[in-house]
Amino acid sequence: MRRSTLFVGQLAFTLLVCAFMLVPVVMSLLAGLTRNYFQGLSSGLTFDWLVQVWQAYSPTVWLSLQLAVACALCVCVVGVPAAYALVRMNNRFSRAFEELMVLPVAMPGLASALALLLTYGQFGGFRSSWLFILVGHVLFTLPFLVRPVMAVMQRQHLPVLEEAAASLGAGPIRRFFSVVVPNCRAGILAGVLMVVTLSLGEFNLTWMLHTPMTKTLPVGLADSYASARLEVASAYTLIFLLMIVPLLVALQAISARLSRGANR
Amino acid sequence: MTVSAVKARNVLSGWAMVPRLRPTAAWALAPAAAVLFAFWLLPLAHLVLLGGQSRDGSDSGYWQGLSSAQYLGSLAQTCLLALATTLAALLVGGFSGFFLSRQRFFGRSVLVALLTFPLAFPGVVVGFLVILLAGRRGLFATLGLALVGERWIFAYSLMGLCIGYLYFSIPRVILTVMAACESLDRSLEEAARSLGANHWRVLCDVIVPGLAPALVSCGAICFATSMGAFGTAFTLGTRLNVTPVAIYNVFTNYANFAVAAALSVVLGLVTWAVLLLARRLAKDSRTVL
Repeated sequence: MRRSTLFVGQLAFTLLVCAFMLVPVVMSLLAGLTRNYFQGLSSGLTFDWLVQVWQAYSPTVWLSLQLAVACALCVCVVGVPAAYALVRMNNRFSRAFEELMVLPVAMPGLASALALLLTYGQFGGFRSSWLFILVGHVLFTLPFLVRPVMAVMQRQHLPVLEEAAASLGAGPIRRFFSVVVPNCRAGILAGVLMVVTLSLGEFNLTWMLHTPMTKTLPVGLADSYASARLEVASAYTLIFLLMIVPLLVALQAISARLSRGANR
Repeated sequence: MTVSAVKARNVLSGWAMVPRLRPTAAWALAPAAAVLFAFWLLPLAHLVLLGGQSRDGSDSGYWQGLSSAQYLGSLAQTCLLALATTLAALLVGGFSGFFLSRQRFFGRSVLVALLTFPLAFPGVVVGFLVILLAGRRGLFATLGLALVGERWIFAYSLMGLCIGYLYFSIPRVILTVMAACESLDRSLEEAARSLGANHWRVLCDVIVPGLAPALVSCGAICFATSMGAFGTAFTLGTRLNVTPVAIYNVFTNYANFAVAAALSVVLGLVTWAVLLLARRLAKDSRTVL
């Protein structure tokens, strides 16, 4: 098949954009595995840096995973009922509420973090526990679960199903758990993956909310960028990418399936 | 009383403005409302009040922040930088997104996947990538040394920050443009072509106006993230004079809570105003994420 020069030009431009995105990532991966970055690849490949990073920073990885899982759970508990309510109400109030929910994401994270810190910072026990960071993450990730769940709920003819269940005698709570939740599993799954991904990488809020005892992965990354040698920082980034890229791939697979479902 | 009479009375007394709450549905909203109120609205109100306070007899935080040339300068610089990033991202991402949504070729879906990954990278990682690209020992430094004998280093300046912001703005624009292209009416383009319009005319008169609402709302959220992106600036160096860094410095180095709170409120207000304006322009009822 012959393509026009216009096509070739556009493809070249897009590939250039892609190179801009990916070349530094590849450089970082290589730097994390090279014995000496300044001598180049000729100095040989090694896993030493990865081992060194793991010895120094593994607590940050565990804390980040713990936070991400807890955040996903909290967001589900809070967000799925909220999405249901917003879809059911669908009036001026619910639209205003949805906007309010999006604001912590749209606003500078530093401002939200500062507000939390200045208001709840004096409660020492709360301030120094990981729950303080969890609060910030829940605020930041909530709309990323509610939006996809709402989108799925709007498609699923939920009112009809719910009326059927109600006519068979199911109460509101039973209806929610046996009709509503199973019917929007795909949306919840997509939302949870997004929440976990975002929580693992959240920095703007976390940097203000963390204490030396509660360092998350991105906070550790910032530390290593500021103080450690380039190879260590790169190896640390490599660990982060290894955690986050599988999540992103799964996320894209699910959203592709969801959008196929929407077109059907 | 008849239904219409009830309606008429409701309208007269303003009751029609009060939304009708379905009891069960409203209960399901309670946990989210509690979290948002306790951990966002309340702290934010506190922040707004705190910005008005003054320490040891000086002016209020707002006045100190807005009368200082340094802080105003950093605010202007942050806005200009965010604007430049947004325009560049819209141009580059719009072009690539349109191409990717219209053409089918081998490897397209992989290309789309690769282009959208950086959206989820945190600011600190993006900052590090910019250093690898344009830092003292980065790719451009090596390239410049080989080509003209001097190192090209621009990672630690506003230019580097702009490149960093492009990292998470371009994927966002590409995704939005691809989604918006799906819903464009192809028959309009065919009509324009049959009337003798060339590629450029079709692009300028049919496609860009069709994509305009999506571009405006996506541009607004790119602007908002660029205004608040703290991680990238933090990695590239705290000497950069942008507002998030200024807030951080005021808070940690001088412990001047009033000015830090005031600057945060002003930064938030500017961001919010842009988002509202975009929604008005795009006639869209919700903020895109």
